[in-house]
Amino acid sequence: METSFAITGKGYVIVAADTTASRSIVKMKVDEDKIKTLSPHLLMAYSGEPGDTMQFAEYVERNIRLYQIRNLYALRPSAAASWIRRSLAESIRSRKPYAVNLLLGGYDTATHTPHLYWVDYLGTMTEVPFGAHGYGSYFALSLLDRYHDPEASLEEGLATLKRCIEEVSKRLVVAPGNYKVKVVDKNGVREVEL
Amino acid sequence: MNTFADRFSTTTAASQLRHAQKLAEEEEFDATMWGSSAGFGSLTKGVPTFTVPAVPDPTAFLRLHTDDHADPSCRIKIKHGTTTLAFRFQGGVIVAVDSRATAGSYIASGTVKKVIEINPYLLGTMAGGAADCQFWETYLGMHCRLHELRNRERISVSAASKYLSNLVYSYKGMGLSMGTMICGWDKTGPAVFYVDSDGTRLKGDLFAVGSGSTFAYGVLDQGYRWDLTDEEAQELGRRSIYAAGHRDAFSGNTCNLYHVKEAGWTFLGNYDISQMHYEGPGDVPGAPGGGYGYDIRVEGRNSSDPPEEAAAA
Repeated sequence: METSFAITGKGYVIVAADTTASRSIVKMKVDEDKIKTLSPHLLMAYSGEPGDTMQFAEYVERNIRLYQIRNLYALRPSAAASWIRRSLAESIRSRKPYAVNLLLGGYDTATHTPHLYWVDYLGTMTEVPFGAHGYGSYFALSLLDRYHDPEASLEEGLATLKRCIEEVSKRLVVAPGNYKVKVVDKNGVREVEL
Repeated sequence: MNTFADRFSTTTAASQLRHAQKLAEEEEFDATMWGSSAGFGSLTKGVPTFTVPAVPDPTAFLRLHTDDHADPSCRIKIKHGTTTLAFRFQGGVIVAVDSRATAGSYIASGTVKKVIEINPYLLGTMAGGAADCQFWETYLGMHCRLHELRNRERISVSAASKYLSNLVYSYKGMGLSMGTMICGWDKTGPAVFYVDSDGTRLKGDLFAVGSGSTFAYGVLDQGYRWDLTDEEAQELGRRSIYAAGHRDAFSGNTCNLYHVKEAGWTFLGNYDISQMHYEGPGDVPGAPGGGYGYDIRVEGRNSSDPPEEAAAA
Protein backbone atom coordinates (compact mmCIF):
# COMPACT_ATOMS: atom_id res chain seq x y z
CA MET A 1 0.00 0.00 0.00
CA GLU A 2 1.04 3.58 -0.61
CA THR A 3 3.29 5.07 2.01
CA SER A 4 5.05 8.41 2.25
CA PHE A 5 7.27 10.02 4.88
CA ALA A 6 8.76 13.45 5.43
CA ILE A 7 11.24 14.64 8.04
CA THR A 8 12.61 18.07 8.84
CA GLY A 9 16.15 18.62 10.08
CA LYS A 10 18.67 21.42 10.45
CA GLY A 11 17.96 23.52 7.36
CA TYR A 12 16.27 20.88 5.22
CA VAL A 13 13.22 18.71 4.63
CA ILE A 14 13.50 15.14 3.38
CA VAL A 15 10.46 13.85 1.49
CA ALA A 16 10.16 10.16 0.61
CA ALA A 17 7.41 8.31 -1.22
CA ASP A 18 7.16 4.73 -2.40
CA THR A 19 7.39 4.19 -6.16
CA THR A 20 4.71 1.59 -6.80
CA ALA A 21 1.61 2.31 -8.81
CA SER A 22 -0.92 -0.43 -8.21
CA ARG A 23 -4.38 -1.32 -9.39
CA SER A 24 -6.29 -3.87 -7.34
CA ILE A 25 -3.73 -6.52 -6.36
CA VAL A 26 -1.45 -5.84 -9.30
CA LYS A 27 1.66 -3.64 -9.34
CA MET A 28 1.34 -1.73 -12.63
CA LYS A 29 4.60 0.20 -12.31
CA VAL A 30 7.52 0.04 -9.87
CA ASP A 31 9.37 3.29 -10.58
CA GLU A 32 6.67 5.93 -10.44
CA ASP A 33 7.80 9.31 -9.07
CA LYS A 34 5.10 10.53 -6.67
CA ILE A 35 6.98 13.63 -5.49
CA LYS A 36 6.52 16.77 -7.55
CA THR A 37 8.81 19.80 -7.48
CA LEU A 38 6.38 22.70 -7.32
CA SER A 39 8.92 25.51 -7.13
CA PRO A 40 12.69 25.88 -6.58
CA HIS A 41 12.22 25.31 -2.84
CA LEU A 42 9.01 23.30 -2.59
CA LEU A 43 8.32 19.57 -2.81
CA MET A 44 4.98 17.76 -2.72
CA ALA A 45 4.48 14.03 -2.12
CA TYR A 46 1.00 12.91 -3.11
CA SER A 47 -0.97 9.71 -2.56
CA GLY A 48 -4.57 8.57 -2.63
CA GLU A 49 -7.18 7.67 -5.24
CA PRO A 50 -5.48 6.76 -8.54
CA GLY A 51 -6.35 9.33 -11.19
CA ASP A 52 -7.21 12.02 -8.68
CA THR A 53 -3.61 12.11 -7.49
CA MET A 54 -2.06 12.93 -10.87
CA GLN A 55 -4.84 15.34 -11.86
CA PHE A 56 -4.64 17.28 -8.63
CA ALA A 57 -0.85 17.30 -8.49
CA GLU A 58 -0.61 18.69 -12.02
CA TYR A 59 -3.32 21.27 -11.29
CA VAL A 60 -1.34 22.47 -8.27
CA GLU A 61 1.96 22.36 -10.12
CA ARG A 62 0.65 24.59 -12.93
CA ASN A 63 -1.04 27.10 -10.67
CA ILE A 64 2.07 27.50 -8.53
CA ARG A 65 4.07 27.96 -11.75
CA LEU A 66 1.53 30.49 -13.04
CA TYR A 67 1.92 32.54 -9.87
CA GLN A 68 5.66 32.54 -10.37
CA ILE A 69 5.38 33.70 -13.99
CA ARG A 70 2.97 36.48 -13.12
CA ASN A 71 4.82 37.77 -10.07
CA LEU A 72 8.42 36.86 -10.88
CA TYR A 73 8.86 35.20 -7.50
CA ALA A 74 7.58 31.94 -6.03
CA LEU A 75 5.13 31.56 -3.16
CA ARG A 76 6.72 30.87 0.21
CA PRO A 77 6.01 27.38 1.59
CA SER A 78 3.35 28.52 4.06
CA ALA A 79 1.51 30.50 1.38
CA ALA A 80 1.68 27.66 -1.13
CA ALA A 81 0.46 25.20 1.50
CA SER A 82 -2.47 27.46 2.37
CA TRP A 83 -3.48 27.75 -1.28
CA ILE A 84 -3.23 23.98 -1.78
CA ARG A 85 -5.22 23.27 1.37
CA ARG A 86 -7.93 25.64 0.25
CA SER A 87 -8.09 23.89 -3.15
CA LEU A 88 -8.70 20.60 -1.34
CA ALA A 89 -11.21 22.16 1.06
CA GLU A 90 -13.20 23.51 -1.89
CA SER A 91 -12.86 20.18 -3.67
CA ILE A 92 -14.28 18.14 -0.77
CA ARG A 93 -17.41 20.31 -0.91
CA SER A 94 -17.90 19.74 -4.65
CA ARG A 95 -19.79 17.06 -6.60
CA LYS A 96 -16.62 15.07 -7.24
CA PRO A 97 -13.88 15.68 -4.66
CA TYR A 98 -10.22 14.85 -5.11
CA ALA A 99 -9.20 12.07 -2.70
CA VAL A 100 -5.56 13.08 -2.35
CA ASN A 101 -3.26 13.22 0.67
CA LEU A 102 -0.17 15.38 0.63
CA LEU A 103 3.10 16.08 2.37
CA LEU A 104 4.46 19.50 1.49
CA GLY A 105 8.09 20.13 2.27
CA GLY A 106 9.61 23.52 1.60
CA TYR A 107 12.50 25.74 2.52
CA ASP A 108 11.66 29.35 3.28
CA THR A 109 14.60 31.33 1.89
CA ALA A 110 13.44 34.49 3.65
CA THR A 111 13.64 33.05 7.17
CA HIS A 112 16.10 30.22 6.43
CA THR A 113 13.68 27.75 7.95
CA PRO A 114 12.44 24.44 6.59
CA HIS A 115 8.69 23.84 6.74
CA LEU A 116 6.67 20.65 6.50
CA TYR A 117 2.91 20.52 6.12
CA TRP A 118 0.76 17.43 6.51
CA VAL A 119 -2.41 17.76 4.44
CA ASP A 120 -5.21 15.22 3.92
CA TYR A 121 -8.04 14.94 1.40
CA LEU A 122 -10.52 16.51 3.83
CA GLY A 123 -8.57 19.75 3.75
CA THR A 124 -6.91 19.25 7.12
CA MET A 125 -3.55 20.97 7.28
CA THR A 126 -1.04 21.03 10.08
CA GLU A 127 2.61 22.01 10.27
CA VAL A 128 4.64 19.16 11.70
CA PRO A 129 8.29 18.30 12.40
CA PHE A 130 7.74 14.94 10.70
CA GLY A 131 4.79 13.36 8.95
CA ALA A 132 3.60 10.23 7.19
CA HIS A 133 0.68 8.99 5.14
CA GLY A 134 -0.58 5.47 4.49
CA TYR A 135 -0.19 2.28 6.51
CA GLY A 136 3.48 3.07 7.04
CA SER A 137 2.46 5.87 9.39
CA TYR A 138 1.26 3.35 11.97
CA PHE A 139 4.84 2.14 12.41
CA ALA A 140 6.81 5.28 11.59
CA LEU A 141 5.11 7.86 13.79
CA SER A 142 5.93 6.20 17.11
CA LEU A 143 9.44 5.60 15.85
CA LEU A 144 9.84 9.26 14.91
CA ASP A 145 8.37 10.39 18.25
CA ARG A 146 11.31 8.48 19.72
CA TYR A 147 14.17 9.19 17.30
CA HIS A 148 13.47 12.42 15.36
CA ASP A 149 15.83 15.32 16.01
CA PRO A 150 14.93 18.76 14.61
CA GLU A 151 18.61 19.70 14.59
CA ALA A 152 19.85 16.54 12.87
CA SER A 153 22.35 16.82 10.02
CA LEU A 154 21.28 15.53 6.59
CA GLU A 155 23.18 12.27 7.15
CA GLU A 156 21.42 11.73 10.49
CA GLY A 157 18.06 12.63 8.93
CA LEU A 158 18.57 10.10 6.14
CA ALA A 159 19.57 7.48 8.72
CA THR A 160 16.31 8.12 10.60
CA LEU A 161 14.35 7.86 7.34
CA LYS A 162 16.09 4.56 6.67
CA ARG A 163 14.97 3.29 10.09
CA CYS A 164 11.36 4.12 9.15
CA ILE A 165 11.60 2.37 5.81
CA GLU A 166 13.25 -0.70 7.35
CA GLU A 167 10.65 -0.89 10.12
CA VAL A 168 7.81 -0.73 7.61
CA SER A 169 9.44 -3.40 5.40
CA LYS A 170 9.89 -5.59 8.49
CA ARG A 171 6.35 -5.36 9.85
CA LEU A 172 3.91 -4.33 7.13
CA VAL A 173 2.48 -7.19 5.07
CA VAL A 174 1.84 -4.97 2.04
CA ALA A 175 5.08 -2.99 2.33
CA PRO A 176 6.24 -1.15 -0.76
CA GLY A 177 9.58 -2.19 -2.23
CA ASN A 178 11.25 1.01 -3.36
CA TYR A 179 11.21 4.65 -2.34
CA LYS A 180 12.17 7.85 -4.06
CA VAL A 181 13.80 10.34 -1.71
CA LYS A 182 14.13 14.06 -2.33
CA VAL A 183 15.63 16.81 -0.23
CA VAL A 184 14.89 20.51 -0.21
CA ASP A 185 17.25 22.95 1.46
CA LYS A 186 18.81 26.36 0.83
CA ASN A 187 20.34 25.09 -2.42
CA GLY A 188 16.96 23.99 -3.76
CA VAL A 189 15.63 20.56 -4.58
CA ARG A 190 17.57 17.39 -5.32
CA GLU A 191 17.07 13.65 -5.37
CA VAL A 192 19.20 11.50 -3.08
CA GLU A 193 19.99 7.79 -2.97
CA LEU A 194 19.50 6.03 0.35
CA MET B 1 -31.19 -35.16 9.72
CA ASN B 2 -28.57 -33.32 11.65
CA THR B 3 -31.10 -31.60 13.88
CA PHE B 4 -32.71 -34.97 14.55
CA ALA B 5 -29.34 -36.49 15.47
CA ASP B 6 -28.48 -33.49 17.65
CA ARG B 7 -31.64 -33.80 19.66
CA PHE B 8 -30.86 -37.30 20.87
CA SER B 9 -27.10 -37.24 20.89
CA THR B 10 -25.33 -36.84 24.23
CA THR B 11 -21.95 -35.73 22.94
CA THR B 12 -22.63 -32.78 20.61
CA ALA B 13 -22.24 -29.14 21.58
CA ALA B 14 -26.01 -28.70 21.47
CA SER B 15 -26.68 -31.44 23.98
CA GLN B 16 -23.97 -30.22 26.29
CA LEU B 17 -25.53 -26.78 26.20
CA ARG B 18 -28.90 -28.35 27.02
CA HIS B 19 -27.29 -30.14 29.92
CA ALA B 20 -25.66 -26.93 31.10
CA GLN B 21 -28.92 -25.03 30.93
CA LYS B 22 -30.63 -27.70 32.96
CA LEU B 23 -27.90 -27.54 35.59
CA ALA B 24 -28.10 -23.76 35.79
CA GLU B 25 -31.83 -23.91 36.30
CA GLU B 26 -31.62 -26.55 39.00
CA GLU B 27 -28.69 -25.38 41.05
CA GLU B 28 -27.93 -22.11 42.73
CA PHE B 29 -24.20 -21.54 42.91
CA ASP B 30 -22.86 -19.84 46.01
CA ALA B 31 -20.46 -16.92 46.15
CA THR B 32 -17.35 -19.06 46.63
CA MET B 33 -17.66 -20.20 43.05
CA TRP B 34 -16.70 -16.80 41.70
CA GLY B 35 -13.64 -16.12 43.77
CA SER B 36 -11.81 -16.86 47.01
CA SER B 37 -11.03 -20.48 47.88
CA ALA B 38 -7.70 -19.80 46.14
CA GLY B 39 -9.47 -19.64 42.82
CA PHE B 40 -10.59 -23.24 43.06
CA GLY B 41 -13.98 -22.42 44.55
CA SER B 42 -15.48 -23.09 41.16
CA LEU B 43 -14.69 -26.78 41.50
CA THR B 44 -16.83 -27.33 44.59
CA LYS B 45 -19.96 -27.86 42.58
CA GLY B 46 -18.48 -28.99 39.30
CA VAL B 47 -17.43 -26.83 36.42
CA PRO B 48 -19.42 -23.58 36.29
CA THR B 49 -21.90 -23.15 33.51
CA PHE B 50 -23.85 -20.26 32.11
CA THR B 51 -27.25 -19.84 30.57
CA VAL B 52 -27.44 -19.74 26.82
CA PRO B 53 -30.01 -17.87 24.73
CA ALA B 54 -32.92 -20.22 23.94
CA VAL B 55 -32.57 -19.95 20.19
CA PRO B 56 -31.62 -22.57 17.58
CA ASP B 57 -28.15 -21.07 16.95
CA PRO B 58 -26.75 -19.30 20.03
CA THR B 59 -23.49 -18.43 18.23
CA ALA B 60 -25.24 -16.52 15.49
CA PHE B 61 -27.43 -14.86 18.09
CA LEU B 62 -24.39 -13.67 20.01
CA ARG B 63 -22.71 -12.42 16.86
CA LEU B 64 -25.83 -10.54 15.83
CA HIS B 65 -25.69 -8.48 19.00
CA THR B 66 -21.95 -8.07 19.46
CA ASP B 67 -20.44 -7.69 15.98
CA ASP B 68 -19.27 -4.10 15.98
CA HIS B 69 -17.94 -4.18 12.43
CA ALA B 70 -21.07 -5.40 10.75
CA ASP B 71 -23.40 -3.24 12.83
CA PRO B 72 -21.93 -0.30 14.77
CA SER B 73 -25.25 0.17 16.56
CA CYS B 74 -25.18 -3.32 18.06
CA ARG B 75 -26.47 -3.50 21.63
CA ILE B 76 -23.57 -5.26 23.35
CA LYS B 77 -20.19 -3.70 22.79
CA ILE B 78 -17.40 -6.08 23.69
CA LYS B 79 -14.39 -4.32 25.18
CA HIS B 80 -11.58 -4.12 22.64
CA GLY B 81 -8.57 -1.93 22.04
CA THR B 82 -5.34 -2.58 23.84
CA THR B 83 -1.62 -2.58 23.63
CA THR B 84 0.29 -5.50 25.08
CA LEU B 85 3.84 -6.61 24.44
CA ALA B 86 6.29 -9.22 25.56
CA PHE B 87 9.83 -9.97 24.54
CA ARG B 88 12.53 -12.44 25.39
CA PHE B 89 16.11 -11.36 25.98
CA GLN B 90 19.31 -12.42 27.71
CA GLY B 91 17.90 -11.56 31.16
CA GLY B 92 14.48 -13.21 30.89
CA VAL B 93 11.14 -11.95 29.61
CA ILE B 94 9.71 -8.44 29.80
CA VAL B 95 5.92 -8.14 29.77
CA ALA B 96 4.36 -4.68 29.47
CA VAL B 97 0.73 -3.72 28.91
CA ASP B 98 -1.50 -0.65 29.01
CA SER B 99 -4.57 -0.45 31.25
CA ARG B 100 -7.37 1.09 29.15
CA ALA B 101 -10.65 -0.67 28.38
CA THR B 102 -12.86 0.90 25.72
CA ALA B 103 -16.40 0.06 24.63
CA GLY B 104 -16.78 1.83 21.31
CA SER B 105 -15.63 5.41 21.83
CA TYR B 106 -16.19 5.23 25.58
CA ILE B 107 -13.30 4.65 28.00
CA ALA B 108 -14.90 2.06 30.26
CA SER B 109 -11.91 1.79 32.58
CA GLY B 110 -8.37 3.05 32.98
CA THR B 111 -7.25 0.60 35.62
CA VAL B 112 -7.56 -2.80 33.98
CA LYS B 113 -5.09 -5.53 34.93
CA LYS B 114 -4.16 -6.90 31.53
CA VAL B 115 -1.45 -9.19 32.83
CA ILE B 116 -2.95 -12.37 34.23
CA GLU B 117 -0.77 -14.01 36.84
CA ILE B 118 -1.35 -17.65 35.98
CA ASN B 119 1.15 -18.91 38.57
CA PRO B 120 4.50 -17.68 39.94
CA TYR B 121 6.27 -18.73 36.74
CA LEU B 122 3.65 -17.97 34.09
CA LEU B 123 2.08 -14.76 32.91
CA GLY B 124 -0.63 -14.28 30.32
CA THR B 125 -1.57 -11.03 28.62
CA MET B 126 -5.04 -9.79 27.78
CA ALA B 127 -6.15 -8.44 24.41
CA GLY B 128 -9.53 -8.84 22.78
CA GLY B 129 -12.42 -9.89 25.00
CA ALA B 130 -11.48 -9.11 28.61
CA ALA B 131 -13.76 -11.77 30.04
CA ASP B 132 -12.57 -14.42 27.60
CA CYS B 133 -8.92 -13.83 28.47
CA GLN B 134 -9.49 -13.58 32.18
CA PHE B 135 -11.64 -16.70 32.40
CA TRP B 136 -9.66 -18.97 30.13
CA GLU B 137 -6.25 -17.99 31.41
CA THR B 138 -7.36 -18.55 35.00
CA TYR B 139 -8.76 -21.87 33.87
CA LEU B 140 -5.40 -22.58 32.23
CA GLY B 141 -3.83 -21.89 35.64
CA MET B 142 -5.96 -24.63 37.20
CA HIS B 143 -4.77 -27.12 34.62
CA CYS B 144 -1.16 -26.06 35.05
CA ARG B 145 -1.52 -26.85 38.76
CA LEU B 146 -3.08 -30.23 37.99
CA HIS B 147 -0.16 -30.93 35.66
CA GLU B 148 2.23 -30.18 38.54
CA LEU B 149 0.38 -32.49 40.91
CA ARG B 150 0.21 -35.32 38.39
CA ASN B 151 3.75 -35.09 37.06
CA ARG B 152 5.68 -33.67 40.04
CA GLU B 153 7.10 -31.10 37.67
CA ARG B 154 6.19 -27.63 36.51
CA ILE B 155 4.49 -27.38 33.16
CA SER B 156 6.58 -25.96 30.33
CA VAL B 157 5.53 -22.68 28.74
CA SER B 158 5.23 -24.54 25.48
CA ALA B 159 2.82 -27.11 26.94
CA ALA B 160 0.76 -24.51 28.79
CA SER B 161 0.35 -22.39 25.68
CA LYS B 162 -0.50 -25.48 23.62
CA TYR B 163 -3.16 -26.38 26.15
CA LEU B 164 -4.71 -22.93 25.78
CA SER B 165 -4.44 -22.93 22.02
CA ASN B 166 -6.14 -26.36 21.75
CA LEU B 167 -8.82 -25.17 24.13
CA VAL B 168 -9.69 -22.01 22.22
CA TYR B 169 -9.46 -23.88 18.92
CA SER B 170 -12.21 -26.19 20.12
CA TYR B 171 -14.42 -23.11 20.44
CA LYS B 172 -13.44 -21.71 17.02
CA GLY B 173 -16.26 -19.89 15.29
CA MET B 174 -18.27 -19.57 18.49
CA GLY B 175 -17.34 -15.98 19.20
CA LEU B 176 -14.29 -16.18 21.47
CA SER B 177 -11.97 -13.21 21.04
CA MET B 178 -8.49 -13.43 22.53
CA GLY B 179 -5.00 -12.37 21.55
CA THR B 180 -2.62 -13.39 24.25
CA MET B 181 1.02 -13.97 25.02
CA ILE B 182 1.90 -16.76 27.42
CA CYS B 183 5.23 -15.88 28.98
CA GLY B 184 7.37 -17.67 31.50
CA TRP B 185 10.56 -19.42 32.45
CA ASP B 186 10.92 -23.19 32.24
CA LYS B 187 13.64 -25.84 31.78
CA THR B 188 14.47 -24.37 28.38
CA GLY B 189 14.89 -20.83 29.77
CA PRO B 190 12.77 -17.78 29.03
CA ALA B 191 9.88 -18.38 26.61
CA VAL B 192 7.15 -16.38 24.91
CA PHE B 193 4.24 -17.86 22.98
CA TYR B 194 1.56 -15.94 21.09
CA VAL B 195 -1.86 -17.63 21.17
CA ASP B 196 -5.05 -16.24 19.65
CA SER B 197 -8.65 -17.31 19.31
CA ASP B 198 -8.18 -18.24 15.63
CA GLY B 199 -6.08 -21.09 17.01
CA THR B 200 -2.75 -19.56 15.98
CA ARG B 201 0.13 -20.40 18.30
CA LEU B 202 3.56 -18.95 17.62
CA LYS B 203 6.85 -19.26 19.46
CA GLY B 204 8.97 -16.15 19.25
CA ASP B 205 11.27 -13.57 20.77
CA LEU B 206 9.11 -10.48 20.46
CA PHE B 207 5.39 -9.88 20.09
CA ALA B 208 3.01 -6.95 20.40
CA VAL B 209 -0.75 -7.47 20.31
CA GLY B 210 -3.71 -5.12 20.08
CA SER B 211 -4.79 -1.97 18.30
CA GLY B 212 -1.69 -0.10 19.50
CA SER B 213 0.71 -2.89 18.57
CA THR B 214 1.99 -1.18 15.41
CA PHE B 215 3.08 1.85 17.43
CA ALA B 216 4.70 -0.35 20.04
CA TYR B 217 6.54 -2.32 17.33
CA GLY B 218 7.89 0.95 15.91
CA VAL B 219 9.79 1.66 19.12
CA LEU B 220 10.35 -1.94 20.23
CA ASP B 221 11.94 -3.24 17.00
CA GLN B 222 14.34 -0.32 16.80
CA GLY B 223 15.52 -0.66 20.39
CA TYR B 224 15.57 -4.46 20.67
CA ARG B 225 18.71 -6.55 20.99
CA TRP B 226 19.15 -9.98 22.59
CA ASP B 227 21.91 -8.70 24.90
CA LEU B 228 19.89 -5.86 26.43
CA THR B 229 20.62 -5.38 30.15
CA ASP B 230 17.71 -5.85 32.59
CA GLU B 231 17.40 -2.09 33.07
CA GLU B 232 17.54 -1.35 29.32
CA ALA B 233 14.94 -4.01 28.62
CA GLN B 234 12.55 -2.72 31.28
CA GLU B 235 12.94 0.81 29.91
CA LEU B 236 12.27 -0.43 26.37
CA GLY B 237 9.05 -2.13 27.48
CA ARG B 238 7.84 0.97 29.27
CA ARG B 239 8.86 3.24 26.39
CA SER B 240 7.04 1.08 23.81
CA ILE B 241 3.80 1.03 25.78
CA TYR B 242 4.11 4.79 26.20
CA ALA B 243 4.46 5.18 22.40
CA ALA B 244 1.28 3.18 21.84
CA GLY B 245 -0.58 4.95 24.63
CA HIS B 246 0.35 8.24 23.04
CA ARG B 247 -0.55 7.44 19.44
CA ASP B 248 -3.43 4.94 19.76
CA ALA B 249 -6.74 6.34 21.01
CA PHE B 250 -7.79 2.90 22.30
CA SER B 251 -4.73 2.45 24.49
CA GLY B 252 -3.42 4.51 27.36
CA ASN B 253 -3.87 5.51 31.00
CA THR B 254 -1.12 3.48 32.67
CA CYS B 255 1.52 0.86 31.93
CA ASN B 256 2.01 -2.30 33.98
CA LEU B 257 5.47 -3.80 33.80
CA TYR B 258 6.59 -7.34 34.70
CA HIS B 259 9.94 -9.08 34.47
CA VAL B 260 10.15 -12.88 34.38
CA LYS B 261 13.41 -14.35 35.62
CA GLU B 262 14.54 -17.85 36.52
CA ALA B 263 13.01 -17.52 39.99
CA GLY B 264 9.61 -16.47 38.59
CA TRP B 265 7.99 -13.19 37.70
CA THR B 266 8.21 -9.90 39.56
CA PHE B 267 5.89 -6.94 39.20
CA LEU B 268 7.98 -3.82 38.63
CA GLY B 269 5.38 -1.12 38.74
CA ASN B 270 2.51 0.86 37.37
CA TYR B 271 3.45 3.97 35.39
CA ASP B 272 1.07 6.76 34.38
CA ILE B 273 1.39 7.44 30.66
CA SER B 274 0.68 11.18 30.92
CA GLN B 275 3.29 11.41 33.63
CA MET B 276 5.78 9.52 31.46
CA HIS B 277 5.01 12.02 28.67
CA TYR B 278 5.80 15.10 30.76
CA GLU B 279 8.15 13.93 33.52
CA GLY B 280 9.29 10.43 32.64
CA PRO B 281 8.65 7.27 34.66
CA GLY B 282 10.31 8.66 37.79
CA ASP B 283 13.36 7.32 39.56
CA VAL B 284 13.51 3.83 38.10
CA PRO B 285 16.51 1.90 36.77
CA GLY B 286 17.05 2.39 33.04
CA ALA B 287 15.10 5.65 32.73
CA PRO B 288 17.09 8.39 30.99
CA GLY B 289 15.47 11.16 33.03
CA GLY B 290 13.03 13.64 31.56
CA GLY B 291 9.73 13.09 29.75
CA TYR B 292 9.29 10.72 26.80
CA GLY B 293 7.08 13.22 24.92
CA TYR B 294 8.39 14.51 21.58
CA ASP B 295 7.85 18.19 22.42
CA ILE B 296 9.40 17.69 25.86
CA ARG B 297 12.37 15.82 24.41
CA VAL B 298 13.15 18.41 21.69
CA GLU B 299 12.24 21.50 23.68
CA GLY B 300 14.32 24.51 22.65
CA ARG B 301 15.68 22.83 19.51
CA ASN B 302 14.64 24.03 16.06
CA SER B 303 15.35 23.39 12.41
CA SER B 304 16.02 26.87 11.08
CA ASP B 305 19.48 27.31 9.62
CA PRO B 306 20.34 31.00 9.32
CA PRO B 307 23.68 31.95 7.73
CA GLU B 308 26.35 33.24 10.13
CA GLU B 309 25.86 36.97 9.51
CA ALA B 310 22.08 36.68 9.84
CA ALA B 311 22.46 34.80 13.10
CA ALA B 312 24.79 37.47 14.44
CA ALA B 313 22.46 40.31 13.49
